[in-house]
Amino acid sequence: MNRLVAAIPYARLLGIDVEETRDGPECVLPFHGDLIGNTRLPAIHGGVIGSFLELTAILRLVAESGLDSVPRPISVTIDYLRSAGPRETRARGEIFKLGRRIAHVRVIAWQDARDRPVAAANGKFLMA
Amino acid sequence: MSTERQYALGALFGPARFDIGQFTPYAGRLRMRVVEVGPGFAILALPYDEDLVGDPQRKVVFGGAVTALIDQASGLAVACAMDALLAIATIDLRVDYLRAAAPGREIVARADCYKLGHNVAFVRATAWDTDPHDPFASCLGTFMVGAGIGGSPFGGVKRPEGGQP
Repeated sequence: MNRLVAAIPYARLLGIDVEETRDGPECVLPFHGDLIGNTRLPAIHGGVIGSFLELTAILRLVAESGLDSVPRPISVTIDYLRSAGPRETRARGEIFKLGRRIAHVRVIAWQDARDRPVAAANGKFLMA
Repeated sequence: MSTERQYALGALFGPARFDIGQFTPYAGRLRMRVVEVGPGFAILALPYDEDLVGDPQRKVVFGGAVTALIDQASGLAVACAMDALLAIATIDLRVDYLRAAAPGREIVARADCYKLGHNVAFVRATAWDTDPHDPFASCLGTFMVGAGIGGSPFGGVKRPEGGQP
Protein backbone atom coordinates (compact mmCIF):
# COMPACT_ATOMS: atom_id res chain seq x y z
CA MET A 1 0.00 0.00 0.00
CA ASN A 2 2.78 2.40 0.88
CA ARG A 3 4.32 1.67 -2.54
CA LEU A 4 1.14 2.93 -4.18
CA VAL A 5 1.16 6.03 -1.95
CA ALA A 6 4.75 6.69 -3.05
CA ALA A 7 3.65 6.45 -6.70
CA ILE A 8 0.89 9.09 -6.31
CA PRO A 9 2.41 12.60 -6.17
CA TYR A 10 -0.64 14.17 -4.50
CA ALA A 11 -0.54 11.55 -1.71
CA ARG A 12 3.09 12.50 -1.09
CA LEU A 13 2.14 16.21 -1.03
CA LEU A 14 -0.39 15.50 1.71
CA GLY A 15 2.13 13.26 3.51
CA ILE A 16 -0.19 10.23 3.79
CA ASP A 17 0.97 6.99 5.39
CA VAL A 18 -0.75 3.59 5.59
CA GLU A 19 -0.64 1.46 8.73
CA GLU A 20 -1.64 -2.19 8.84
CA THR A 21 -3.76 -2.75 11.95
CA ARG A 22 -5.50 -5.84 13.32
CA ASP A 23 -8.73 -4.60 11.64
CA GLY A 24 -7.12 -3.93 8.27
CA PRO A 25 -5.36 -0.96 6.69
CA GLU A 26 -5.74 2.50 8.21
CA CYS A 27 -4.63 5.72 6.49
CA VAL A 28 -2.81 8.35 8.51
CA LEU A 29 -2.57 12.06 7.69
CA PRO A 30 0.10 13.64 9.92
CA PHE A 31 -0.53 17.31 10.65
CA HIS A 32 1.60 20.06 9.11
CA GLY A 33 0.99 23.79 8.82
CA ASP A 34 0.39 23.77 5.04
CA LEU A 35 -2.85 21.82 5.58
CA ILE A 36 -4.62 24.65 7.41
CA GLY A 37 -7.73 26.12 5.79
CA ASN A 38 -8.95 28.39 8.58
CA THR A 39 -6.19 30.01 10.64
CA ARG A 40 -8.64 31.40 13.20
CA LEU A 41 -9.90 28.09 14.55
CA PRO A 42 -7.39 26.69 13.42
CA ALA A 43 -8.79 23.90 11.25
CA ILE A 44 -7.53 21.65 8.47
CA HIS A 45 -8.81 22.69 5.00
CA GLY A 46 -12.02 20.98 3.89
CA GLY A 47 -10.29 20.16 0.61
CA VAL A 48 -7.52 18.34 2.48
CA ILE A 49 -10.05 16.27 4.40
CA GLY A 50 -11.94 15.55 1.17
CA SER A 51 -8.71 14.54 -0.57
CA PHE A 52 -7.70 12.30 2.33
CA LEU A 53 -11.07 10.52 2.31
CA GLU A 54 -10.98 10.03 -1.47
CA LEU A 55 -7.44 8.70 -1.33
CA THR A 56 -8.35 6.29 1.50
CA ALA A 57 -11.19 4.95 -0.67
CA ILE A 58 -8.86 4.50 -3.65
CA LEU A 59 -6.19 2.69 -1.61
CA ARG A 60 -8.80 0.36 -0.14
CA LEU A 61 -10.18 -0.40 -3.61
CA VAL A 62 -6.76 -1.10 -5.07
CA ALA A 63 -5.94 -3.41 -2.14
CA GLU A 64 -9.23 -5.34 -2.52
CA SER A 65 -9.45 -5.53 -6.29
CA GLY A 66 -5.82 -6.04 -7.27
CA LEU A 67 -6.35 -3.39 -9.95
CA ASP A 68 -3.05 -2.17 -11.40
CA SER A 69 -4.32 1.36 -12.17
CA VAL A 70 -5.96 4.06 -10.02
CA PRO A 71 -9.80 3.73 -9.99
CA ARG A 72 -11.45 6.83 -11.44
CA PRO A 73 -13.96 8.68 -9.25
CA ILE A 74 -17.48 9.13 -10.67
CA SER A 75 -18.99 10.97 -7.72
CA VAL A 76 -17.78 11.69 -4.20
CA THR A 77 -19.97 13.11 -1.41
CA ILE A 78 -18.26 14.42 1.70
CA ASP A 79 -20.04 15.18 4.99
CA TYR A 80 -18.12 17.46 7.33
CA LEU A 81 -19.15 16.48 10.84
CA ARG A 82 -16.75 18.43 13.07
CA SER A 83 -13.95 20.87 12.45
CA ALA A 84 -10.65 19.00 12.08
CA GLY A 85 -8.08 20.47 14.46
CA PRO A 86 -4.32 20.83 13.94
CA ARG A 87 -3.40 17.22 14.74
CA GLU A 88 -3.17 13.77 13.19
CA THR A 89 -6.22 12.49 11.28
CA ARG A 90 -6.91 8.81 10.55
CA ALA A 91 -9.30 7.19 8.09
CA ARG A 92 -10.63 3.81 7.15
CA GLY A 93 -12.59 2.74 4.07
CA GLU A 94 -15.24 0.08 3.71
CA ILE A 95 -16.32 -1.32 0.37
CA PHE A 96 -20.08 -1.76 0.08
CA LYS A 97 -20.05 -3.19 -3.38
CA LEU A 98 -17.25 -4.11 -5.70
CA GLY A 99 -18.92 -4.55 -9.06
CA ARG A 100 -17.28 -5.28 -12.39
CA ARG A 101 -17.56 -1.64 -13.45
CA ILE A 102 -18.56 0.39 -10.40
CA ALA A 103 -17.46 0.20 -6.77
CA HIS A 104 -19.18 1.87 -3.80
CA VAL A 105 -16.99 2.87 -0.86
CA ARG A 106 -17.74 4.53 2.47
CA VAL A 107 -14.93 6.23 4.40
CA ILE A 108 -14.82 7.62 7.94
CA ALA A 109 -12.13 9.99 9.26
CA TRP A 110 -11.48 10.78 12.91
CA GLN A 111 -8.92 12.47 15.14
CA ASP A 112 -9.23 11.80 18.87
CA ALA A 113 -11.55 8.82 18.88
CA ARG A 114 -13.00 6.64 16.17
CA ASP A 115 -16.53 7.13 17.49
CA ARG A 116 -16.17 10.91 17.09
CA PRO A 117 -15.69 11.19 13.31
CA VAL A 118 -14.63 14.52 11.79
CA ALA A 119 -15.84 13.59 8.30
CA ALA A 120 -17.41 10.84 6.23
CA ALA A 121 -17.45 10.23 2.50
CA ASN A 122 -19.39 8.12 0.05
CA GLY A 123 -17.62 7.51 -3.23
CA LYS A 124 -18.49 5.75 -6.48
CA PHE A 125 -15.57 4.71 -8.65
CA LEU A 126 -15.16 3.33 -12.14
CA MET A 127 -13.13 0.12 -11.98
CA ALA A 128 -12.91 -0.52 -15.71
CA MET B 1 -30.71 56.96 -0.58
CA SER B 2 -29.39 53.99 -2.50
CA THR B 3 -31.55 50.89 -2.76
CA GLU B 4 -28.59 48.89 -4.09
CA ARG B 5 -27.58 45.95 -1.92
CA GLN B 6 -24.44 46.38 0.12
CA TYR B 7 -22.01 43.47 0.26
CA ALA B 8 -19.39 42.99 2.99
CA LEU B 9 -16.74 42.24 0.38
CA GLY B 10 -18.18 44.60 -2.24
CA ALA B 11 -14.98 46.67 -2.36
CA LEU B 12 -13.15 43.62 -3.72
CA PHE B 13 -15.61 42.76 -6.49
CA GLY B 14 -14.11 42.54 -9.95
CA PRO B 15 -10.91 40.95 -11.22
CA ALA B 16 -8.54 39.59 -8.55
CA ARG B 17 -7.27 42.16 -6.08
CA PHE B 18 -6.08 39.90 -3.27
CA ASP B 19 -3.99 36.80 -2.70
CA ILE B 20 -6.14 34.00 -1.25
CA GLY B 21 -3.01 32.09 -0.15
CA GLN B 22 -2.21 34.88 2.26
CA PHE B 23 -5.27 33.97 4.33
CA THR B 24 -5.58 30.25 3.65
CA PRO B 25 -2.31 28.29 3.97
CA TYR B 26 -3.50 25.28 1.94
CA ALA B 27 -4.72 27.51 -0.91
CA GLY B 28 -1.25 29.07 -0.85
CA ARG B 29 0.42 25.65 -0.87
CA LEU B 30 -1.51 24.70 -4.02
CA ARG B 31 -0.82 28.20 -5.48
CA MET B 32 -4.55 28.90 -5.97
CA ARG B 33 -5.31 32.35 -7.29
CA VAL B 34 -8.41 34.49 -7.44
CA VAL B 35 -9.58 35.19 -10.98
CA GLU B 36 -12.68 37.22 -10.17
CA VAL B 37 -15.24 37.73 -7.41
CA GLY B 38 -18.65 39.38 -7.54
CA PRO B 39 -22.04 39.34 -5.79
CA GLY B 40 -22.49 35.73 -4.64
CA PHE B 41 -19.84 34.23 -6.89
CA ALA B 42 -16.13 33.46 -6.97
CA ILE B 43 -13.81 32.19 -9.70
CA LEU B 44 -10.51 30.61 -8.61
CA ALA B 45 -7.70 28.98 -10.61
CA LEU B 46 -5.37 26.12 -9.72
CA PRO B 47 -2.15 26.06 -11.77
CA TYR B 48 -1.05 22.63 -12.99
CA ASP B 49 1.74 21.08 -10.96
CA GLU B 50 3.26 17.57 -11.04
CA ASP B 51 2.67 17.46 -7.26
CA LEU B 52 -1.11 17.45 -7.84
CA VAL B 53 -1.15 14.32 -10.01
CA GLY B 54 -3.35 11.51 -8.65
CA ASP B 55 -3.05 9.08 -11.55
CA PRO B 56 0.62 8.65 -12.44
CA GLN B 57 -0.20 6.71 -15.64
CA ARG B 58 -2.51 9.33 -17.09
CA LYS B 59 -0.93 12.40 -15.41
CA VAL B 60 -4.40 13.58 -14.31
CA VAL B 61 -4.76 15.93 -11.32
CA PHE B 62 -6.12 14.11 -8.23
CA GLY B 63 -9.87 14.54 -7.71
CA GLY B 64 -9.27 15.77 -4.16
CA ALA B 65 -7.22 18.72 -5.44
CA VAL B 66 -10.27 19.72 -7.51
CA THR B 67 -12.44 19.30 -4.38
CA ALA B 68 -10.06 21.64 -2.52
CA LEU B 69 -10.35 24.28 -5.27
CA ILE B 70 -14.15 23.96 -5.38
CA ASP B 71 -14.45 24.07 -1.56
CA GLN B 72 -12.33 27.23 -1.48
CA ALA B 73 -14.28 28.90 -4.33
CA SER B 74 -17.60 27.91 -2.73
CA GLY B 75 -16.70 29.33 0.69
CA LEU B 76 -15.56 32.56 -0.96
CA ALA B 77 -18.79 32.70 -3.01
CA VAL B 78 -20.80 32.47 0.24
CA ALA B 79 -18.71 35.29 1.79
CA CYS B 80 -19.36 37.32 -1.39
CA ALA B 81 -23.13 36.90 -0.90
CA MET B 82 -23.10 38.30 2.67
CA ASP B 83 -23.88 41.87 3.67
CA ALA B 84 -21.95 41.34 6.93
CA LEU B 85 -19.22 38.71 7.21
CA LEU B 86 -20.12 35.66 9.29
CA ALA B 87 -18.25 32.42 9.92
CA ILE B 88 -18.64 29.77 7.19
CA ALA B 89 -18.20 26.00 7.57
CA THR B 90 -18.72 23.32 4.92
CA ILE B 91 -21.59 20.95 5.75
CA ASP B 92 -21.29 18.79 2.66
CA LEU B 93 -19.99 18.67 -0.89
CA ARG B 94 -20.95 16.36 -3.72
CA VAL B 95 -18.50 16.43 -6.59
CA ASP B 96 -19.35 14.67 -9.87
CA TYR B 97 -16.42 13.95 -12.16
CA LEU B 98 -17.83 14.33 -15.66
CA ARG B 99 -14.55 13.43 -17.37
CA ALA B 100 -10.82 13.53 -16.67
CA ALA B 101 -9.18 16.96 -16.51
CA ALA B 102 -6.71 17.55 -19.35
CA PRO B 103 -3.14 16.93 -18.12
CA GLY B 104 -0.85 19.96 -17.96
CA ARG B 105 -3.60 22.58 -17.92
CA GLU B 106 -4.59 25.11 -15.29
CA ILE B 107 -7.96 24.29 -13.68
CA VAL B 108 -10.58 26.97 -13.10
CA ALA B 109 -13.61 26.70 -10.79
CA ARG B 110 -16.62 29.00 -10.53
CA ALA B 111 -18.92 28.79 -7.51
CA ASP B 112 -22.30 30.52 -7.22
CA CYS B 113 -24.10 30.93 -3.91
CA TYR B 114 -27.70 30.73 -5.14
CA LYS B 115 -29.32 30.87 -1.72
CA LEU B 116 -28.03 32.44 1.48
CA GLY B 117 -30.30 31.54 4.41
CA HIS B 118 -29.95 32.48 8.07
CA ASN B 119 -28.29 29.17 8.91
CA VAL B 120 -27.38 27.50 5.64
CA ALA B 121 -25.97 28.66 2.29
CA PHE B 122 -26.40 26.63 -0.92
CA VAL B 123 -23.76 26.64 -3.64
CA ARG B 124 -23.36 25.25 -7.16
CA ALA B 125 -19.93 25.01 -8.74
CA THR B 126 -18.26 23.76 -11.91
CA ALA B 127 -14.62 23.28 -12.87
CA TRP B 128 -13.09 23.33 -16.36
CA ASP B 129 -9.70 23.18 -18.04
CA THR B 130 -10.27 24.96 -21.37
CA ASP B 131 -13.87 25.98 -21.92
CA PRO B 132 -16.31 27.07 -19.16
CA HIS B 133 -19.08 25.43 -21.19
CA ASP B 134 -17.28 22.08 -21.18
CA PRO B 135 -16.73 21.44 -17.43
CA PHE B 136 -14.98 18.27 -16.22
CA ALA B 137 -16.46 18.49 -12.71
CA SER B 138 -19.69 19.73 -11.21
CA CYS B 139 -20.51 20.22 -7.53
CA LEU B 140 -23.31 20.98 -5.09
CA GLY B 141 -22.45 22.14 -1.60
CA THR B 142 -24.11 23.35 1.59
CA PHE B 143 -22.44 25.60 4.15
CA MET B 144 -23.29 26.55 7.72
CA VAL B 145 -23.25 30.30 8.31
CA GLY B 146 -22.61 32.15 11.58
CA ALA B 147 -22.63 31.16 15.24
CA GLY B 148 -19.87 29.58 17.22
CA ILE B 149 -17.51 28.45 14.49
CA GLY B 150 -14.70 30.90 15.07
CA GLY B 151 -15.21 33.94 12.85
CA SER B 152 -15.06 34.32 9.08
CA PRO B 153 -12.01 32.80 7.40
CA PHE B 154 -12.27 35.74 5.01
CA GLY B 155 -12.15 38.41 7.71
CA GLY B 156 -8.53 39.13 6.80
CA VAL B 157 -9.40 39.53 3.13
CA LYS B 158 -11.39 42.61 3.97
CA ARG B 159 -8.90 44.26 6.28
CA PRO B 160 -6.45 45.64 3.67
CA GLU B 161 -9.35 47.60 2.17
CA GLY B 162 -9.75 49.51 5.44
CA GLY B 163 -13.08 47.98 6.53
CA GLN B 164 -13.86 46.25 9.80
CA PRO B 165 -12.95 42.57 9.74
